[in-house]
Amino acid sequence: MADSALQNIPSVYEPSLFGTYSKKIGMWLFLLSDTLTFGALLYAYSYGRISTPDWPTPFHSESIINATIMTAFLLTSSLTMVLAVRASVHRDAKMQTIWLLATMLCGTGFIVLHGREWSNLIAEGLSLPMFPKVPHHQVAAEFANVSKTVPQFAATFFGLTGMHMLHVTLGVIYLGVVALRRKFIPILLVLWLAAWLGTPAYSPFHYGAHILLIAAIVCGIILWLKPKVYDSSDVEVAGLYWHFVDLVWMFIFPLVYLMSAKILH
Amino acid sequence: MDTFQQALAEQVAEQHRHHGKALFFYVWGALLAMTAIEVYLTYQSMQPVKMLAILLGLSFIKAALIIGYFMHLKYEVSRMKWLTMCSVVACLILMTIFFFPDAKRIIDLGVK
Repeated sequence: MADSALQNIPSVYEPSLFGTYSKKIGMWLFLLSDTLTFGALLYAYSYGRISTPDWPTPFHSESIINATIMTAFLLTSSLTMVLAVRASVHRDAKMQTIWLLATMLCGTGFIVLHGREWSNLIAEGLSLPMFPKVPHHQVAAEFANVSKTVPQFAATFFGLTGMHMLHVTLGVIYLGVVALRRKFIPILLVLWLAAWLGTPAYSPFHYGAHILLIAAIVCGIILWLKPKVYDSSDVEVAGLYWHFVDLVWMFIFPLVYLMSAKILH
Repeated sequence: MDTFQQALAEQVAEQHRHHGKALFFYVWGALLAMTAIEVYLTYQSMQPVKMLAILLGLSFIKAALIIGYFMHLKYEVSRMKWLTMCSVVACLILMTIFFFPDAKRIIDLGVK
């Protein structure tokens, strides 16, 4: 039905090959390429998992509960995102903004919980050489030899989940720009200051917070060069990105967390 | 956007207007239920390979629900569906063919 309906638009141009507007096709192409990025990271993790007999299983029930709540946050954010798209096509600007803000709130909840998970693991001794040393801390017994015997665990875990956390962070910023436009820039700067000053100097998030500053500058330039009111097509394209981030987590959660859960009998 | 692009966007928006809200809640509920099943299975002392197969099976079902309903691919034209899904699945199959036999070979032969 959709195939024939979309051929009826009179135009001087040839009909759209994919039956939809260009920026949506552009986003799909980007997401396909990003699938391969995450595919490569997931395959690297799985390769290490299969080829290493003493793969650590460090995730206690607290970690699994934390990751399950994170998953619920992301799934709920996908629901609020489709409701935002629905509000936008019905030209309900108020509900569109409310649902976009709800999506951002769920995304921020995910980032905060993930940050807490990372901080706990780093405090217990699971770390990367590039992370600053945590002062006066005792390495947990299960991580005592991991950096020497199975260094690929920390590398693939932080690489994969860090890449995903970066995508979620950029997704929240993207939705913030679509929902609030220029008003979002000062909010982003406040978030940057809060994240930078609110984390200790040995935390990777202390330096990672500068992503928010870079994003504020880039978004400021884009909004200054091309100010516009975002319509339903922009909300739909932003939604595609957001659902993709959710989709990737549906594979990270079982492969990284559930398959490495510490089961006590 | 030019007139043609705006007409296409309006036509896509018109398709969206016909989708009921309840469907999205059903999909959301199904995704949460499958996540709960995954967590339950984690603590059922299953063989790792069997558990991996079940967890990956559930993940693919969840991915299909997200792509089909939330990302709206179910309602796109068939060219869009086939080209996007076939290209990405082909790349992932190629990675599987090259990586996993090699990873298993390391276990079988030992690292030299």
